[in-house]
Amino acid sequence: MNDNPLPDPIEESTVYCLNISAHYENLNAVREFVGWIASAAGMSERSVFAVQMAADEACTNIIEHAYGGESNQKIDCFCQVTPQELVITLHDHGQPFNPLKVPEPDFNASLEERDNGGLGLYLMRKLMDDVQFTFQPSDQPRDNILTMIKRRTT
Amino acid sequence: MEVTTQNFKRCDLVQAKGRVDSSTAPMLTEAMEALTNDGHYRIVFDMSGLEYMSSAGMRVLISTQRACKRFNRGELVLAVVPQRIYEALELAGFLGPTPLFKLYDNLPAAIGHF
Repeated sequence: MNDNPLPDPIEESTVYCLNISAHYENLNAVREFVGWIASAAGMSERSVFAVQMAADEACTNIIEHAYGGESNQKIDCFCQVTPQELVITLHDHGQPFNPLKVPEPDFNASLEERDNGGLGLYLMRKLMDDVQFTFQPSDQPRDNILTMIKRRTT
Repeated sequence: MEVTTQNFKRCDLVQAKGRVDSSTAPMLTEAMEALTNDGHYRIVFDMSGLEYMSSAGMRVLISTQRACKRFNRGELVLAVVPQRIYEALELAGFLGPTPLFKLYDNLPAAIGHF
């Protein structure tokens, strides 16, 4: 079920784009968008689920941390299929986010001590083959870029 | 997402259909808190109708388990967890090395836990 029917089959080298405002209700559209491209690229059902979840967690983090909650600010989601990989790139214009400051979840912690900070980022890294953050120098307009890569055959 | 709650003699059953993400997780929180705030702390969560759950849904499971475990013999158990969601819970470390939830592959067994 897609509101904006996308061409099928997809073309390699074409960059597909979805622009959303920073609202949680748009997460479904993001999952549909990356899921459609991953399926069209012939990826396994497990890989399709993985890229959908990673894109959801990434957009959730942008809304929560870069924009400090839901807002009308934008998230631009780009998707490209190369011969070996699916590349998802997310742009936002909020607060830069330092992934090195996010602690990994402590899997040995008891229930009482368990704190879910960092779970989204941890899942993104586990679900994808590569996750990279890049930020503009502070004198430039804010453009935070998150690149996530998944191999087409895993 | 749709969430329904049924009261049984020894426990309560929460059933959800659809997708749990940051947009819909508050509905699940509401259903769980309605129970725990009312002193119902033995809960079976039937996940058979779920297509998707992000970390937002996992957070609800953790906070509900925490609320339930405050009570003697209180617990949230999970029933009929779909394969992909099971893998996500595993990846998130919820199923080990320190398992946070008991899982049952059918509803009668989960209800029979209590």
